[in-house]
Amino acid sequence: MAKVTLQNVSKNFGQVKAVCNFSLEVEDREFLVLLGPSGCGKSTTLRMIAGLEELTEGDIFIGNELVNDLPPRDRKIAMVFQDYALYPHMTVYQNMAFGLKLAKHPKFEIDKRVREAADILGIHELLARKPRELSGGQRQRVAVGRAIVRKPSVFLFDEPLSNLDAKLRGQMRVELSKLHHTLRTTIVYVTHDQVEAMTMGTKIVVMKDGLIQQVGEPMEIYRYPVNKFVGGFIGSPGMNFVPARIAAEESGLVIDAASFKLPIPPDKDAFLADKTGQDLILGIRPEHIEDRAFAEKGVFSGVITATVEVVETMGAEVQLDVTTGEHTLVARVDPRTRAKRHEPIELAVEMDKIHIFETEPPSSRIKTE
Amino acid sequence: MTGSLAARQKRKVRLSYLALVPFLVFFLFPLYWMLITSFKTDHEITSLKGIPLLIQSAPTLAHYKMILFKTEFVTWFWNSLLIAVVVTVLTMAIAILAAYAISRLTFLGSRYFGVGVFCTYLVPPALLFIPFYKVVGILGLLNTKWCLLFLYPTLTVPFCTWILIGYFAAIPRALDEAAFVDGATYIQMLTKVFLPVASPGLIAATMFAFTVSWAQFLYPLAYIYKTSEMMLTNGIYTTLIRGDVYFWGELMGGALLASVPVVILFAFLMDYYVAGLTRGTIR
Amino acid sequence: MITIASLVNGRPSRGFLSRLRSRRYAAYWMVLPLFALIVGLIVYPFVYSIYLSLENKAETKFVGLKNYAMLLRHGTFWLVVGNSFRFTLIAVFFKATLGLILAMILNNLPFRGQRIWRGVSLIPWVMPLALSSMGWWWVFEPTHSAINWLLVQFGGAAKPWLSDPFWARVSTIVTNIWYGTPFFMIMYLAGLKSIPQSLYEAAQIDGAKALQRFRYVTLPMLSKLIAITVMFSTIVTFANFDIVRVLTRGGPRYTTHLFGTYAFNVGIEAGHLPRGSAVALFMFPILGLAAFFILRNIARGEE
Repeated sequence: MAKVTLQNVSKNFGQVKAVCNFSLEVEDREFLVLLGPSGCGKSTTLRMIAGLEELTEGDIFIGNELVNDLPPRDRKIAMVFQDYALYPHMTVYQNMAFGLKLAKHPKFEIDKRVREAADILGIHELLARKPRELSGGQRQRVAVGRAIVRKPSVFLFDEPLSNLDAKLRGQMRVELSKLHHTLRTTIVYVTHDQVEAMTMGTKIVVMKDGLIQQVGEPMEIYRYPVNKFVGGFIGSPGMNFVPARIAAEESGLVIDAASFKLPIPPDKDAFLADKTGQDLILGIRPEHIEDRAFAEKGVFSGVITATVEVVETMGAEVQLDVTTGEHTLVARVDPRTRAKRHEPIELAVEMDKIHIFETEPPSSRIKTE
Repeated sequence: MTGSLAARQKRKVRLSYLALVPFLVFFLFPLYWMLITSFKTDHEITSLKGIPLLIQSAPTLAHYKMILFKTEFVTWFWNSLLIAVVVTVLTMAIAILAAYAISRLTFLGSRYFGVGVFCTYLVPPALLFIPFYKVVGILGLLNTKWCLLFLYPTLTVPFCTWILIGYFAAIPRALDEAAFVDGATYIQMLTKVFLPVASPGLIAATMFAFTVSWAQFLYPLAYIYKTSEMMLTNGIYTTLIRGDVYFWGELMGGALLASVPVVILFAFLMDYYVAGLTRGTIR
Repeated sequence: MITIASLVNGRPSRGFLSRLRSRRYAAYWMVLPLFALIVGLIVYPFVYSIYLSLENKAETKFVGLKNYAMLLRHGTFWLVVGNSFRFTLIAVFFKATLGLILAMILNNLPFRGQRIWRGVSLIPWVMPLALSSMGWWWVFEPTHSAINWLLVQFGGAAKPWLSDPFWARVSTIVTNIWYGTPFFMIMYLAGLKSIPQSLYEAAQIDGAKALQRFRYVTLPMLSKLIAITVMFSTIVTFANFDIVRVLTRGGPRYTTHLFGTYAFNVGIEAGHLPRGSAVALFMFPILGLAAFFILRNIARGEE
């Protein structure tokens, strides 16, 4: 197992800057997730680590070895592709054994490793089958098995779960996390799905337009997004953004969004005092807005009066789309709520958890702690 | 720094171009040879001196003039054009109808038609020309170009139907259904939605029918002896050799001229041509 | 006419559905021309040719298998058989191999270049075969052959391209290879493009070098296409007429004849139509066998 170091890595495709000045240290045994929307450069970065794309600038080290000019097979990596890339004319066993066979490992060694991997993934009864006879989930496992067999220093995953249906995805997320613990390996994982990133990653790198937006542990990114983009990208349903201003009133600082006003908790005063009158963006996560009837007093100190547009019953909670003045908000509220379409509702906001962002790009978050 | 992957990629491309050269020489040499021969004077063609790979004395248009004005080349050209166009129209009519029925409307035996079309390949012109000799004779069409109107479709229709089946089957039924929901009648669906979407296939099939008809040699050679009824292929072949004397300059010029229409058609519609060929077989 | 209301109510308007049913009958009408063509202009002449082959030269009486027996006793016929097989097998082998190599070369080129050179490479196949054969005829012409001139320049000896059995066979095969390779190239090029890049990348990561990637990824993925194109080409090459007719007319001394040209020679030039028919019919079982393998291949691929 090893760490991966990227120093000032850039990749241009002609005029297009796919990856810009990317520097990162992946610790040994970390499950690092490269997260971002399509076109943000995450797959390109992964492929550069794999040796499938050449770097325009910068250096990549696996372990302490500079690998820039090394072909993929010499980098001690293994990769799981989005479309699994299983050799269709070989059996599962042969697929998994292929790399070892090429490297001329002795037969018993190959057999041992393949069966070990098959056991870990629970696919030993599939060994004699061909890929076209397998389901999506099974193929996925074979692809992972092929990677395990190589005993690489780093595992690379390129959006491996995107082709699976939702339920299977959920199952595979758990399996991959378990795998990470069992194998104690370094993993670099690319996805656009923030749920995967949050649940599986030990560290997340959020990317946009080829640039790193934020690096941190899942909860850190969730709680303290560095800018509006990261705030909106993490969390589902996404964060509500409302243009607002800070005003000073008798009771203290408030955040004024025209159709509602929310009192700012005193401990944030110091950070926001000099922002009064400025155009800002208020960010509130839906899970931090509650039906006032069921909101814990004290914690939920802000109040918003709104009209309900859509009520979506999710079972364990209810998702409301509400309008207040010109703004639309999404709220996740207690399932006991009496909210009805086209009727007014009082919502309470957990003021401790709000975020304030600058309006000017990149809309960084104003530190309030 | 990097370099290895990029350098390897560039080298691969350069080597590929290099490896391409012998193939291009092989493919283009005969054409080059034909071309310069058609411009060389008779004297230079027959002389064994000098470098035959170049035109050494002044190039001449004599051969082309001879072909165009002193032989029935122009007649053959119109014959070939007439037959090719009529056959193409006939072929497309039959093929479109049949391909539509086979691919879109399931009916008893539709699957067998696909196989049946393929099996017509087993009865090539080299086999059929003999019984046709009798048939054409009985119909009194021996020695006329009209017999070809019956014979060429045996070549073009199966192949074009085959291509069109491939194209038609690839058009999702949902498209037809969307047209119906939008208020189209069946005919409107066909003319405004289906056929336009299938147009690459139609173009490809038309090209094939025309090209195959234009290039046919065996049938005209077997059945047509009157020079005014000949096609370009057998016309050039039979009349430009008088006994022992081969009019090479005219032969080469004629052969090139006769190939021009088809090659030009190909040059403009190459992508349709290629797509038509490769569509059906790649799954 | 279909209406939204009728869709919603589940009761389709009378007109549409009943017309749909009559569509089924329309289908029969639509395939009728094709059917008529196949039966009338292919099946019937085929059957007639069998009947013809069983008649005497004057076509006045029925002589059974006499024509076939005569052919089988005739040394010339066996020359034709041997040459047809030799011609086909050698030509198809080279066409397929060169076609694959050329396809791989072209596949490496960037888009623009690839398109242009692919187009140029297709010219031999697009040009009418009879006409390009005339060109090759001139290339091989004994006294003025360009190839001989080149050979002599480089210290070799001129070859009797069209007058010696061996070299005449070589000439016809070379011309066929020239004509047919582009077909294979264009098919394999499309086939190569349909192989997902990720398979090659996985193989790269697995440690496969270029030749190994060809063997373990390219070839297996193309195997079905290779089988189909080879079979198709075998059928078409076997039935070739133009090249041999133009280049050698079957000579010298019948050594370059194929079934098609020999049938022409016997049936039309020598006027023995029934025997010519017998010659041509010999092709049929062989073509049938090749076709059987193709169909089986396609059928297997469908499951």
